[in-house]
Amino acid sequence: MKKLKVMSILVYTESENGKLKKAALEVVSYAKAVADQMGTSVTAVAVNADNAETLGNYGASKVLLVKDESIQAFNAKKYAAILESAAKNEGAKVVVVSASANSKYLAPLLAVGLGAGYVSNVVAAPSSVSPFTVKHSTFTNKAFANTEITTDVKIVGLSNNSFGLVESDGSASVEDFSPSVPESGVTVESVDKATDKVSIADAEIVVSGGRGLKGPENWGMVEELAEVLGAATACSKPVSDLGWRPHSEHVGQTGKPVASNLYIAIGISGAIQHLAGINSSKVKVVINTDPEAPFFKAADYGVVGDAFEVVPKLIEKLKAFKAANA
Amino acid sequence: MHSKIQIIIFIFVHKKKTFKVNHFYMKILVCISHVPDTTSKINFTDNDTKFDTNGVQYVINPNDEFGLTRAMWFKEKQGASVDVVNVGGPETEPTLRKALAIGADSAIRVNTPATDGYAVAKQLAKVVNDGGYDLVIAGRESIDYNGNMVPGMLAAMIDANFVTNCISLEVDGTSAKATREIDGGKETVSTSLPLVIGGQKGLVEESDLRIPNMRGIMMARKKPLSVVEPTETNAETNVVSFEKPAPKGAVKLVDADNIDELVSLLHNEAKVI
Ligand SMILES: Cc1cc2nc3c(=O)[nH]c(=O)nc-3n(C[C@H](O)[C@H](O)[C@H](O)COP(=O)(O)OP(=O)(O)OC[C@H]3O[C@@H](n4cnc5c(N)ncnc54)[C@H](O)[C@@H]3O)c2cc1C
Ligand SMILES: Nc1ncnc2c1ncn2[C@@H]1O[C@H](COP(=O)(O)O)[C@@H](O)[C@H]1O
Repeated sequence: MKKLKVMSILVYTESENGKLKKAALEVVSYAKAVADQMGTSVTAVAVNADNAETLGNYGASKVLLVKDESIQAFNAKKYAAILESAAKNEGAKVVVVSASANSKYLAPLLAVGLGAGYVSNVVAAPSSVSPFTVKHSTFTNKAFANTEITTDVKIVGLSNNSFGLVESDGSASVEDFSPSVPESGVTVESVDKATDKVSIADAEIVVSGGRGLKGPENWGMVEELAEVLGAATACSKPVSDLGWRPHSEHVGQTGKPVASNLYIAIGISGAIQHLAGINSSKVKVVINTDPEAPFFKAADYGVVGDAFEVVPKLIEKLKAFKAANA
Repeated sequence: MHSKIQIIIFIFVHKKKTFKVNHFYMKILVCISHVPDTTSKINFTDNDTKFDTNGVQYVINPNDEFGLTRAMWFKEKQGASVDVVNVGGPETEPTLRKALAIGADSAIRVNTPATDGYAVAKQLAKVVNDGGYDLVIAGRESIDYNGNMVPGMLAAMIDANFVTNCISLEVDGTSAKATREIDGGKETVSTSLPLVIGGQKGLVEESDLRIPNMRGIMMARKKPLSVVEPTETNAETNVVSFEKPAPKGAVKLVDADNIDELVSLLHNEAKVI
């Protein structure tokens, strides 16, 4: 009898220095939900990851593990090619990737390679799998769209922290996978990355400062608050334009998007362009001297007060809270 | 895309001189997405199936404006031609004229609505192949569709090198060096033309952006804006409906002298710490 090809859901699970990222567990959780809707299973693809079998705890039943020192540095073209062969081998109808900078870099290349329709910034499991319809944020978080993907193979780019981690009681078999990897005309020369800091994209908590902080010399308390919370630091656009903080911290419509669980805005007025970029954060706290600041309309919790008094107090209270709950 | 590069290499090889090709006359294409101004209120009509353009001001997508300004730098400092392109209806022409007023040499409008990222990339691929461009500067993402996909798809379709989230770009001969933002840092890459980039702030600084002056606006009227008919393609995705985020409940205010309460709310109610 002819064996039917299993059309699994393929998911790209990112790791860094061998360690699987939290977003990897989230995309697997999501892929499992899609697989359940479509009556199939999840195959994960990981590159140079340790402990790949743990993906089974989130719903993967198979992991294709690429072990290759020569592709230790991420390369969009090469990684897209790996996913393309995996998708073809597995007969995958849906490929799920995250919203990390690297996933967003490779997904359009993969889409062309597979002839697959691609939707990014997806925030929920498909509302229907036939037609395949997903909800995603658009107009920089000012709205959502429900979009149908009409191609045979579909690519879903999942927004960070939008689905969450869902544990599953299955287990995953790990198979070595060594597809041929093409040459790429782009070579990484150097990477400049603070290894001890949480990035805005990966952070569950983001602490952000605005022009209300008066000058770069006052960022010590912002960094201390971030450290107590294990948070990433961010800033409003004028703060980076003034050179008080690096551009990489600029969040908002024209900066980085933030989709953290908690966003704390200190001395930020809450201009529409700022809010657009941080609106998909779940819980927002504002600390501002001006009760009329527009941020109070967008926030869940607010303190009307001087940051120079409130923030040190908050740090002190959080330290006490942590000590009590340790 | 290779023809000019090959000719130049040919000339230098045949002169049998070992000097470096520093700058050749680059042909640059800047992709311009026509988007609602960042202050626009977003609303929908026709049973939430269409974007309500009523009262909306349109601008050059901010990421594309940084790219266009960098292209002007190449033109002025290294010698290059700069064309701009948009895939869209006649309503996008004022945005293209603005790009001409900033300094682009000529504009192309592919006369078809931008149905999805794939269809746009397909149209752009034809423009790039027909025009023989060496460098295509697009934006990391458009602030309306936020696809993060057009430049990558375009690069894959025309088999050019591709770097996105670009915060700096230098070109020397046919070699290029770019820096791109990654999560938590940045990386520097070397690559070569033909090249497509997805640009953003950093490519030039905010203060380098140019507001078109009277002379620029007058000159832009005389510059060529050609309308080309689309090639046949189908979109791969299709928006069924739009929705707006659920209205937010009122903010809970905590007294500045009672920060304990904030900590407790974040722990017990919001469950985020
Ligand atoms: C095309 C375009 C794109 C833009 N994109 C972005 C973007 O991506 N991101 C972004 O952030 N902005 C963006 N902006 C800028 C935006 O419009 C605002 O100008 C900016 O967000 C304001 O930054 P801010 O809140 O830090 O400063 P301000 O508006 O100056 O607000 C400072 C706030 O601090 C408060 N304050 C003062 N002293 C204290 C104190 N001691 N303690 C507590 N609070 C205090 C004040 O009450 C005030 O509310 C964009 C603008 C344009 C035109
Ligand atoms: N309709 C369009 N015409 C020309 N360029 C476009 C169009 N749509 C998107 N682009 C380019 O592609 C970039 C990324 O767009 P997107 O993939 O929609 O986020 C934009 O910054 C533009 O440079």
